[in-house]
Amino acid sequence: MTPLAAEVNENLAQISNYLIYSSMAVYTLAFLAHIAEWTFGSRSKVARTAAALTATADDAAAAPAVQVRSKGGTAVLDKPKVVTRSAPGTRDVPDGPGAAGGTAEGDLYGRIAVSLTVLGFLIEAAGVVARALSVQRAPWGNMYEFSITFSTVAVGAYLVLLALKKNVRWLGLILVTTVLLDLGIATTWLYTDSDQLVPALHSYWLWIHVSTAIFCGAVFYLGAAGAVLYLLRDSYESKLASGGTPSKIATSILERFPSAASLDKFSYRINAAVFPLWTFTIIAGAIWAGDAWGRYWGWDPKEVWSFVTWVAYASYLHARATAGWKGRKAAYLALFAFACWIWNYYGVNILLSGKHSYAGV
Amino acid sequence: MSTTDKASTEASNPSEDTPDSAVADPAAAADSAEAAAGAQLSTAPEEESGGPVGIGVVGWVRWFWRQLTSMRVALILLFLLSLGSIPGSLIPQTQVDAMKVAEWKRNNEFWVPVAEKLQLFDVYSSVWFSAIYLLLFISLIGCIVPRSWQFVGQLTGRPPGAPRRLDRMPAYTTWRTGTAPDEVLAHARKLLGGRRFRTEAGSSSVAAEKGYLREAGNLVFHVALIVMLVAFAWGQLFKSEGGKLVLRGKGFSNTLTQYDDFKSGSFFSPDDLPPFSFTLDRFDASFERSGPQKGTAREFKAYVTFSKGADGAPEKREIQVNKPLEVDGAKVYLLGHGYAPVVSVTDPAGKVIFRDAVPMLPFDNNLSSSGAVKVTDGYRDKDGKQEQLGFNAMFVPTFAGEGKGTMLSQFPEPDFPVLALSAYHGSLGVDSGLPQNVYQLNTSKMQEFKDENGQLFKKRLLPGETMELPGGAGVVKFEGIERWATFSVTRQPGSGLALAGAVAAIGGLAASLFIQRRRVWVRAVRGEDGTTVVEMAGLGRSESAKVPDELGQLAAALHDQAPTAPDRPVKETVEGERG
Ligand code: HEM
Repeated sequence: MTPLAAEVNENLAQISNYLIYSSMAVYTLAFLAHIAEWTFGSRSKVARTAAALTATADDAAAAPAVQVRSKGGTAVLDKPKVVTRSAPGTRDVPDGPGAAGGTAEGDLYGRIAVSLTVLGFLIEAAGVVARALSVQRAPWGNMYEFSITFSTVAVGAYLVLLALKKNVRWLGLILVTTVLLDLGIATTWLYTDSDQLVPALHSYWLWIHVSTAIFCGAVFYLGAAGAVLYLLRDSYESKLASGGTPSKIATSILERFPSAASLDKFSYRINAAVFPLWTFTIIAGAIWAGDAWGRYWGWDPKEVWSFVTWVAYASYLHARATAGWKGRKAAYLALFAFACWIWNYYGVNILLSGKHSYAGV
Repeated sequence: MSTTDKASTEASNPSEDTPDSAVADPAAAADSAEAAAGAQLSTAPEEESGGPVGIGVVGWVRWFWRQLTSMRVALILLFLLSLGSIPGSLIPQTQVDAMKVAEWKRNNEFWVPVAEKLQLFDVYSSVWFSAIYLLLFISLIGCIVPRSWQFVGQLTGRPPGAPRRLDRMPAYTTWRTGTAPDEVLAHARKLLGGRRFRTEAGSSSVAAEKGYLREAGNLVFHVALIVMLVAFAWGQLFKSEGGKLVLRGKGFSNTLTQYDDFKSGSFFSPDDLPPFSFTLDRFDASFERSGPQKGTAREFKAYVTFSKGADGAPEKREIQVNKPLEVDGAKVYLLGHGYAPVVSVTDPAGKVIFRDAVPMLPFDNNLSSSGAVKVTDGYRDKDGKQEQLGFNAMFVPTFAGEGKGTMLSQFPEPDFPVLALSAYHGSLGVDSGLPQNVYQLNTSKMQEFKDENGQLFKKRLLPGETMELPGGAGVVKFEGIERWATFSVTRQPGSGLALAGAVAAIGGLAASLFIQRRRVWVRAVRGEDGTTVVEMAGLGRSESAKVPDELGQLAAALHDQAPTAPDRPVKETVEGERG
C-alpha cells in the first residue's frame, strides 16, 4: 500500500468514527423525543382494552351483526366489505393507540423521533460504509464492526416496516434505547482500529455468511422485542379479563401497545421469516469451514451455539403448531432462542476460544 | 391415519346444504361444520392425551409409538437436543482439541470422574447425545411417512364443501346481485380456477383450495433433514484425513506411507486415495508490520507444481488458506507453516556428515519454534568411535537482541533469525523401534557436551555462523533458513449429498413458512326478493391477514361480474371493530 493511500484510509477510518459518534448523538435526541411522546401520550384516557374485555361474552361470540339498511336512490356498493372474525378462544381486543395515546403533542414528538431515527440511521450507515472503504473490504472483521452493522440493520429493518405502513411505531423507544446501548458497548469496549483481515477471513464467504448472520441477528432482535412485549401485554390482558386491576403505570403504558394477539403475530412472523435465512447462514458457514479448515462441521463453540440457536428456533416453530404450547410457552422458547443468539455473539466470541477467534478484543 | 380420513369426510358431508331441521342444536352443528371446513388443511399429527388404549404389550407399544411420533415429543426432543449440545461448547472436546482436554483435566481434577462418567469430553458421540438425536430421527421418520401418505390423499382428494354458515368463517362477505345464482357460481369457478385454486362445485356453492405447496415444502424439509443425517453418517464412515509437512523444494505423493499422521473412517480403504503428487516450490507469508495488530498474518500462499495421477503432466498451482486444491474428491488444504534452519555438521576428520533443513515447530504467534537436530549416521568421534549426535534447538525468526532477556521471537518474519543449540552425544534411541517425536530429543541415553564451566554446551548462532563442539568433536554450522508448510488432505464422500439435502431443506422451509394453505367458498342462492344472495368466506391454516385480503380481492373481482343489485334495499354488514 502506498503511503498516500494509507493516509486516505486512515482519514476515512477517522471519519467513520466521527459518523458513528454523530449517529449516537442523533439517536440520543430520538430517544428524548420518544420519551416526550410517551409522556404526552400518558395524558390520554383511553381504556379500550378493558372495555373490550369486559363487554358481555355474548357480544363477542355472536356472529357479526348484519344490518339491513335501505339506501335512498341508486346506492351501489363499490366493494363488498370483508368481515373478519378471530379464531374461537382468542381474546378479541383492539390494538392500543400507540405511544402518543392519540394526543396531538405526543404524535408530533413521535414523528420527530422517527425523523431523527431516520437521520441517525443514515449517519450510522455512512459510518459503516466509510469503515468498509477505509479497509477496502467487507466491514465485518471484528466485533466492533459487527456491532455497528448490527444496530444499523436493526434500525433499517424497523424503518422498512414503518415505510410499509406496518404497525411498528411502538418499537421506537425500545429500539433506540438498545441501539444506543449497542453502540456504547461497541465504541467503549469493542473498539478495534481499522485494519486488514487475517487470511482465514479472506473469502467471498465473508460477504455471504457474515452479512446474513448479522442481518438474522438484527431482525431476530425485533422478533424478541415483540415476544417480551407480548408477554407483558398478555399478563395485562389476562388480569383485566379475570377482573383484576393492573397498576396505574402498567395500565398507562401497556394500554398503548398493540393487543397481545397482534404482538404475538408480529413476533412469530419475524422469527418465521428470518428462520430460513438463519438456516442458510449456518449452511454457508459450513461450506466456508469446509474450504478454510478442511471440515464442514467440527463442533467448534461458535458452530455449537449456531446449532443450538437453530434448534431453539425450530422448537419455537414446532411449539406454535403444538396444542398447549402456543402463546406464552412459545414466547419463552423464542426468547430462549434469541438469548442463545446473543450468547453466541458476545459470550462465545469473548469467553470461549475456538477457531472463530477473530473478535479483535 | 385412515380413520381420521374417514372421520373428516363423513363430517364434511352434512355441511353441504343440510336442512336445518335435521340438526337438533344449530350452534353445535355450526361448530362441527366449521371444524370440518378446516379439516385436512395440514398433515400435522393430532395431539393425543390419555394412556394406552387396549391392553397388553401391543397396546403399550402402540401408545409409545404414538407418543414418540407426536408433535409434543418432537418438540421436547428438539429442545433436549439444543440443551444437550451446550456442554460440548463449555468443556473441551477430545475430538476437537485433545491437548485442551488434558489441561482441563489437570485444572479441574475434582470434576474429572463425574465428567468422564457423563462422557462430557466426547459429548457429540456420547450415548446420551446419540440417544436424543436417534430418538428424534426415529420420531421424524415415524412422523413423516404417515404424513406423506396423508398428503398424497389430500392431493387426490377434493376441497370439502361449503359449511352451512359461511359467516362463521374467519373472513366473510356478502352482497345481493341481479345475476342468476348459476351464473355467479360459474363466474366464481372460473375466477378461482384462474387464480390456480383447485375448485369443486356443490349444488349451490363452489369450494376452492390453494397452497398445497406449503405442506409439500414442509414434507420436503423434514425429508431433507433425514437425507442430511444419512449423508453425514456416510461421510463419517468413508472419510480420510491425513497431514503432511512439506519443506520448500520437497515433494509429496498421495500414498498412506507418506503421511505424518492419518485418520480414517471405519469403511475407508487405502485404494480410495486418489493418486497425485506435488512439489512445494515457494511459500509466501506476509504479516502486519505495524499498528496494534502487528504480527497478525495477512496472507499465506503455497506455490506448488502439481501432477495428477501416477504420471500426469506437471502444472503450476497455488494453495491458499481458503482455497484448497481439489483432486478427484480429495481436497488439499494449507494448514500451517514454519521455519526449518539448515544445519550442517562436520566430523573431527573434517568431513561433512550431515546437512539438512530441520523443521521446527512454532509455539507462539511470532513463530518462536523448537525442535531437534538428530545426526543418526556417519559420525565418528575423535577416537573413531561411532556415535550419534543430538541438538536441542530453538529458533526465532526475529530475535529481541542480546541482553533483552528473552529468547522469544518478536515478529513472524525472519528479520533477525537466531538459532540456539545445545549439544548431546550418545544414543538417540531411534533404533529401539519405538516411534519417536521428531521434534523432541530423548536424552535418556545421551551425554551432554560440557563447556569450560562444566555446564551444558550451548550457543546462539546467526546464519552463516559456526559452533565448535568442545574437545574438537566437530563443527556445527547454521547455513541458512528454509520454509515449510503443512498440508492436510481430506476426503469426505457424501458432502455433495449433504449439500443437496441442505438446499432442499431451505427451499422446503421457505415454501412451508411463506405459503398459506387456504380455502375459499362461494355460495349463491336465490333470495326471497328474487335477487341472488352471494356469500363468500375464507379460511386459512393459521390466522393471517392475507386470507381476508385475498377474499376482498376475489370478492371485488366477482362483484365486477355480479354487481350489487341497484334500487333495492342493500344488505350490508357492519365492519367489525378489528381492522
Ligand atoms: C430433527 C428434527 C426436526 C426438526 C429440526 C424440525 C424442524 C421443523 C421446522 C423448522 C418447522 C417449521 C417449518 C414449518 O412450520 O413448516 C417444522 C414444522 C413442522 N414439523 Fe418438524 N422438525 C423436526 C422433527 C419433526 C417431527 C419428529 C415431527 C412429527 C411429530 C415434525 C412435525 C412437524 C410439523 C407437523 C410441522 C408443521 C407445523 C405447521 O404446520 O405449522 N417435525 N419442523
